Amino acid sequence: MKLRRKIYMVGGYNTTSMGTGRKEFNPKVERPGLEYYIKEAGQGTLKQIGGAKNVDEGVIANFMAARFNYQGNLAGFIPYIDEGLTYKPCTRVEGACGSGALGLMSGIRSVLAETADVVLVIGTEVQNTVKAVYCADILAGAGWFKERKEGHAYFFPGKFSDRAGHYYEKFGKEKTRKAMAKWYVNAIENARLCPTAQEYHNTTKDLESIGMMEPNPRSFVDNLNVFDCSKVSDGASAIAIVSEEGLKRCGIDKKDAIEVIGFGQAQNDITKPPKDLTKLDTTIAAVKKAFEMANVTKEQIATVECHDCFTITGILAVEAIGFAEHGKGTDFILEGNTSRTGKVPFNTTGGLVGWGHPTGATGVHQAVTILEQLTGKAGNAQINIPAARPYGLTVNMGGDDKTLVSIVYKKA
Amino acid sequence: MDYAEKFENVSVLGAAGKMGSGILMLTAFEMANLSLKPENKGKIFTLHAIDVSQEALSGLLKNIKSQVLKNAEKNIVQLRKVYANRADLIENIDIINQYIGDVLKLIVPHTHIEASYKSTLIFEAIKEDPDLKVKVFKKINEINTLKPWFFTNTSSIPISYIDKEAKLEGRILGVHFYNPPAVQKLVEVIKSENTKPELHEFASMLIKNLRKIEVPSYDKAGFIGNGHFMRDALYGMEQATKLSVEMPFVEAIYDINKITQDYLIRPMGIFQLIDYVGIDVCQYIMKVMKPYVKDENIHSPLLDKFMELGVKGGQNANGSQKDGFLKYDKGKPVAIYDPAQKQYVAISDISAKCEQKLGAMPATVKPWKVVVGNPAKEEILKKYFAELKTMDTIGANLARNYAKRSKEIGVKLVSNKVAYCDKDVNTVLLTGFFHAYGPINDYLN
Repeated sequence: MKLRRKIYMVGGYNTTSMGTGRKEFNPKVERPGLEYYIKEAGQGTLKQIGGAKNVDEGVIANFMAARFNYQGNLAGFIPYIDEGLTYKPCTRVEGACGSGALGLMSGIRSVLAETADVVLVIGTEVQNTVKAVYCADILAGAGWFKERKEGHAYFFPGKFSDRAGHYYEKFGKEKTRKAMAKWYVNAIENARLCPTAQEYHNTTKDLESIGMMEPNPRSFVDNLNVFDCSKVSDGASAIAIVSEEGLKRCGIDKKDAIEVIGFGQAQNDITKPPKDLTKLDTTIAAVKKAFEMANVTKEQIATVECHDCFTITGILAVEAIGFAEHGKGTDFILEGNTSRTGKVPFNTTGGLVGWGHPTGATGVHQAVTILEQLTGKAGNAQINIPAARPYGLTVNMGGDDKTLVSIVYKKA
Repeated sequence: MDYAEKFENVSVLGAAGKMGSGILMLTAFEMANLSLKPENKGKIFTLHAIDVSQEALSGLLKNIKSQVLKNAEKNIVQLRKVYANRADLIENIDIINQYIGDVLKLIVPHTHIEASYKSTLIFEAIKEDPDLKVKVFKKINEINTLKPWFFTNTSSIPISYIDKEAKLEGRILGVHFYNPPAVQKLVEVIKSENTKPELHEFASMLIKNLRKIEVPSYDKAGFIGNGHFMRDALYGMEQATKLSVEMPFVEAIYDINKITQDYLIRPMGIFQLIDYVGIDVCQYIMKVMKPYVKDENIHSPLLDKFMELGVKGGQNANGSQKDGFLKYDKGKPVAIYDPAQKQYVAISDISAKCEQKLGAMPATVKPWKVVVGNPAKEEILKKYFAELKTMDTIGANLARNYAKRSKEIGVKLVSNKVAYCDKDVNTVLLTGFFHAYGPINDYLN
């Protein structure tokens, strides 16, 4: 399949990822709600694209505001960003933690269908309204509810703990745990370079030994410690998806844009368990489609934003994208290839473990990070993008490898 | 009678008090866990919460509810297993709410002691008054035909004395929880001369199930905990009184409080600890201990003076600190009481001057918070005390003498057969008082 029209992304904006780790976070004090984050991110993008008048359509991605914030009908918050958006077509999309990229896909399709030249996409989640123990209940909605009773108190950590356990068994526990700890170290070191990251203030000296901490099954899951997990976050990200005409309308130079050259979307059956717990099948399918459409190979990718909801998922993603064979993702990481100075830096502002994981926003945040990196606007977190490899890749996942979107980007 | 059966009818006396409410809650957890076991299905478990104060009792259940909620949230992984067979309880929140209901339904509040007449187990946490305890136990024991077991939370009264006076025939054991019982790991266990072994076996099982640490003490007034604390406090007050000959009283209190907290790397200074326990309670414990200690004068004129002035310390019902030797703002000392002027003097007005007199702190000193859970604790302490040993400031001298006295008290507890061994003394101070190190050590040798 070929893209019939050129698609660009511009005007990315991330709010702070708020939650434990941030100095200003105090769970006992009332905090800004959903609408605050939506407005901040939406206005952040509107400012860069010449205002609301240039927008044809709005999309808002979110997972569980109905439970975290008792709020539905989120499309109604798009005109709240700016009165100029009133009466424009707006849609809310949901695909658990993969909601953000579904939002991007919705925008891409509108531009491809020539029903819009500029689509404002916002992703958001405000999760710190509940304690972790209840947050686990809400996030469990990304799985099949009929499995909830049999599942772990911390449902998703439980699912990925099982994956980690199988991986330990098949490929050796010690090396896997070391690679997971390395993933954690990379995540925090990257987050320290990005002021909006939840772990930006992290000053822990010996990150590796924290990453290696023995899991405590009595209070958490069998094979993961809390540092193996992504954060509970409040935040929003926004970006504009535009056509060539859209770029002109917004007065944006191509050097400030990235081009979407391929995407792969893949869905799996939420009621069926994974075939092999040590593999992310659906991720493999989505990434393959994206690479085929883009007609690039993994060797050409300069940087990746992958869905590391847990450190073990980082390892599985490295393998699913094809950077390492099955069972060798650990070596690839331990050799430093995914570090910010490595062969292909992953999650350069910390990813879900370091930057944070406001679930519905994550897919959009990934696109914003790639936009910043490929256009040289990543500030202190900027990595070197070799001229011969001006490509970036994102992988956003909903549920346990169920709802997948992978996108290949090119410096425009 | 097996372990679970013994728990079917339990009373807690003084259930609305600081210690009683904690013991009530721990007992309720254990009873709830038993009642939820498949083999105990259909059995009825009842926990009588008995207290003279209706007002305190009405606040109790609300307080217990919030504590049970916290506990359930923390133990959700285990609780899901407990309720695995309940198909209707799916989410964590369902399970937590059910558990709260299951714990609270055990508890029946009463203002009258009659409620305990059908109990087989009686936990007591009333006022630390030997006559009152004897009177209450005697009454229950005369009317209750079930030959109940008595577990007293006394922190100072010899168990043999209560046993004999109340005619309990060995059905009593000292089970001394530390404040707050829900948090503190330490439980001192004291047998009377006649305590039946089955009481001790039972208590050990309970303590183990509550994941607490049991330390045995001989049946000597004050036991290990207060045996050390009261003498340590007396030494502190004597030192402050001595210092106050040459300097204002409030400065002397500041100095000794600082020495005991910062120089000795303890969680709080000795005067803050006295306030925490309560000046009235400390005075009372000393009064209880005094007749049993022949070679020392367990009595403090300074405590008497403060009591006469109505400055008592202790805690409010919500757990916040009342003013005593020190005045508190959000739990932090901000001023010191001057009995001559009958008013508090702000610490910020005197601290600079006091610290100048005490001299520079050892360079290697670290706050208690940093030391206590530190894997390199031993090394940090060795280095610190080695430096303290070489220093000749007023502060260093006071601190060394204080540490030596603390050790001396500990050693004497063992030689006087209050504690069974050095390790037990250290365990009590480490776990009951959260010290970073035990008093019996070689740091200053």
